[in-house]
Amino acid sequence: MNRMKLVLLQVAVGLGFLLLWHVLTAYPILAPTKQTQFFFSTPADVLARVWKELTSTEIWGHLWITLLETVLAFAFGAGGGILFGFLFARRELLAAVFDPYIKAANALPRVVLAPIFALWFGLGIWSKVALGFTLVFFIVFFNVYQGVREVSPVVLANARMLGLNERQLLRHVYWPAALTWMFSSLHTSVGFALVGAVVGEYLGSSAGLGYKIHEAESVFDVTGVFAGMVILSIFVILIDAFVTMIERRLLVWRPAPSTNGQG
Amino acid sequence: MLTSPIAPAVSLRNMAITFGSKVGGYTAVQGIDLAAQPGEFIAIVGPTGCGKSTLLNASAGLLKPSSGDVEILGVPLQGLNGRAGYLFQQDALMPWKTALQNVAVALEPKGTSHADAEMKAREWLRRVGLAAFVDRYPHMMSGGQRKRVALAQMLIRDPEILLMDEPFGPLDAQTRQIMGNLLLDLWAADRKAVLFVTHDLEEAIALSDRVVVMSAGPAARIIGDFPVTLPRPRDIAEIRLEPAFHHIHKEIWASLRVEVQKAYAQGEGASA
Repeated sequence: MNRMKLVLLQVAVGLGFLLLWHVLTAYPILAPTKQTQFFFSTPADVLARVWKELTSTEIWGHLWITLLETVLAFAFGAGGGILFGFLFARRELLAAVFDPYIKAANALPRVVLAPIFALWFGLGIWSKVALGFTLVFFIVFFNVYQGVREVSPVVLANARMLGLNERQLLRHVYWPAALTWMFSSLHTSVGFALVGAVVGEYLGSSAGLGYKIHEAESVFDVTGVFAGMVILSIFVILIDAFVTMIERRLLVWRPAPSTNGQG
Repeated sequence: MLTSPIAPAVSLRNMAITFGSKVGGYTAVQGIDLAAQPGEFIAIVGPTGCGKSTLLNASAGLLKPSSGDVEILGVPLQGLNGRAGYLFQQDALMPWKTALQNVAVALEPKGTSHADAEMKAREWLRRVGLAAFVDRYPHMMSGGQRKRVALAQMLIRDPEILLMDEPFGPLDAQTRQIMGNLLLDLWAADRKAVLFVTHDLEEAIALSDRVVVMSAGPAARIIGDFPVTLPRPRDIAEIRLEPAFHHIHKEIWASLRVEVQKAYAQGEGASA
């Protein structure tokens, strides 16, 4: 299929959805319009609200908070994941001893931690960063751990025969191998950092996109909730595009740029 | 210790290598006595699974012999063999480095400055015919080109001994001949001791000064040692047509054939 046709079809699906939504809420087909509009709002109202929000100044403050939380959660989570992934992969005993605890911690649904983090770190950004951290850390940790352990034995033997010492092996072999695995999970981990931020805000905060959506929900402002979701989607797509750009630059040496549609 | 000026580059004495526990382990090679003189090109041939690579890995220090001695230029080998370069059968380049970076990194242990290392790496890539490919990543190159990079990576360190484990095995017939001639050209410039493992007897004769034949495993031994007196410089494609080549081939094949059949029969037995 050529690209033009594909884009046309993609646009058609979007327009079709909007049209269906419009027809069902503008005419009393399933129920009186007053009722359907209360529960589902209308596409025109939602788009108008999105436009109003984006042209006002208030939303940018919320976006900035959410972005800050996402970036911090990712930075700390990835940093910790890389550090411990390396450590555990190079120290068999550590990995063996901590294995059941790491599995248990990873199996825990992180949402239940949100109220505890709010208690510990307050309602500011740090409780959201903590929640995002617990999500990102494990993804990066497992990937780096795997990456370091699965370095090709031939590449390693060759590097050692070239006379590289431990420090040089770390720099030229283990580190790039671990980074590869980390970047292959970049979309997922950035996505989870954002999930941590938004869920944290949703459960208790005074700023951010999650807070905006929660605020609209608490007064049954369906238009506001949908508008918040649309803005969140745009935000996610922009961040994801940015991640893809970084990935392309850093993984030029890879045969085919993988685009795993996660995150 | 006093090292005589004519100490062999690689000397294996009564060496055995057993994998797994001492009792019930798998003995790959046994009673190996082999000496490679400086400047000598030795090819090691034998049936599949006879432990040819094991011999090479022991000389490289990648494997520790279970018994016997390994001496490198008169000194007992401890740890990795820092005076040897190793060319692997599989792709051993770092996939995240360009050809230039892969070759230049080999000079880092010597403490060569970055700029100097890159300049020398460029020169070596030119010598192996890859001047136009310095910025390619391994996946952008053909199998033969990757082998050229690996060759440059090994030779830039100027090792005194070259260990090669079926390096041209994965390449097609034409590329093998081209690579063989390239290797001979580079080797002729400053003859180093070479241990070249191959399963291809024609390749072994065409390249080497001496062909060592190993028996079928387990507990493989050296069962033949044949000098190759063909004149150098040689052209691999043409030398195969010489009558002297056929004569040597016939002689070595007579001893190799029995072992190949033995290994084949074992393979049949194992898979039955």
